Amino acid sequence: MKIHHHPSDELLLDYASGALGEGWSLAIATHLALCPACRRAVAGMETLGGGFLTSVAPAPIGDDALDIVMARLDAEPQEPAAAPVAEIPRGAEPVLPQPLRGYLGGDAGDLEWRRLGLGAFQVPVAMEDRRTSVRLLRIPAGRPVPEHSHRGLELTLVLRGAFSDATGEYKRGDFQEADDSLEHRPHAAPGEDCICLAVTDAPLRFSSVTARIVQPLLGI
Amino acid sequence: MSSFEPGRTETEQLNQLLLAVAEQRDRQAFRALFGHFAPRLKAFVMSQQADAGTAEEVVQETMVNVWRKAAQFDAAKASASTWVFTIARNMRIDMLRRARRPEPDMNDPAMVSDPEPLAHERISHEQEAERLRAAVAELPAEQQEVLRLVFMEDITHAEAAERLGIPLGTVKSRIRLALKRVRAEVGERE
Ligand SMILES: [Zn+2]
Repeated sequence: MKIHHHPSDELLLDYASGALGEGWSLAIATHLALCPACRRAVAGMETLGGGFLTSVAPAPIGDDALDIVMARLDAEPQEPAAAPVAEIPRGAEPVLPQPLRGYLGGDAGDLEWRRLGLGAFQVPVAMEDRRTSVRLLRIPAGRPVPEHSHRGLELTLVLRGAFSDATGEYKRGDFQEADDSLEHRPHAAPGEDCICLAVTDAPLRFSSVTARIVQPLLGI
Repeated sequence: MSSFEPGRTETEQLNQLLLAVAEQRDRQAFRALFGHFAPRLKAFVMSQQADAGTAEEVVQETMVNVWRKAAQFDAAKASASTWVFTIARNMRIDMLRRARRPEPDMNDPAMVSDPEPLAHERISHEQEAERLRAAVAELPAEQQEVLRLVFMEDITHAEAAERLGIPLGTVKSRIRLALKRVRAEVGERE
């Protein structure tokens, strides 16, 4: 599998620093499962984070802080927690990698798909952070992706099949980062239904709560 | 830092201390790690608008997690300071922002594994970390400033643009230029 479309440096940086919200981070983390190159890029950014931690001017720490922590270690199990052991993959490779599969509670075939029109289906992905709207979409082979209005940023990660628009073709693992200025009219490729994860800013009905948070994100 | 041996870099010594905690549950080594990291972690957390009391709690929780998770530290993948940074970052998301951070699962059968490193890429992570940091120190001040804001103040690049009062596009290009230059130093992606 060769991935041609990756998240931007800025988005990976926000994920590496920890500032990126849950919904956007789910799209990045699921792309990372499929993309060793971006895992490596994020690891490099975390090294920069380690550098900033090393070079910060130290702040005085409470006199009793070390004693408190040492006392807490006494309550910890004596044996170190074992490092996770790599499991041997069994059976077919899941369509939905982690962490997405865990959020949905199953793989693509286990889900309750809801009709969306034009033969397309969707499953909403529940988030604790309500500032984004996160959905899994299934578009029939060769058909257009239904009209969807969104403001601001939209992230799309292909998990099965492919879609294409004016900016290129997107297959499993490919990642599209679009703002609302992009008129993309994507179509699913013929041959196989296209399953993709789509993350957008939450709909306007939440605007009273989110405007404050979304505006800096959009840079307006 | 009395347990430090002369003639070794600080990065190597911190890695050795962390490995001693992981493999031997060495409390003396943990005290040395605490002496190095706790005051830096406190400054790190306080730069994110946390008060001193809250910062102290996050530092303590981070250090307890360093002890708890030490066996997961892999010196081939990250240096000690990078690994401690990721623990502190996750603790800050959990304790200060009370949010979730989705992460890939290395044991997932859907995970696409890393390719074998090319011969010229097989430099130690300690060397790589030191080269990256040296490269950051050489960056133009405006590029360093954006990276510092993003990492130290827990804000997105878009919020950094607002903080600096400059267009979003300018922040993006500073980030791209900075990362391009840093990557050229270690022969990373592209
Ligand atoms: Zn990628």
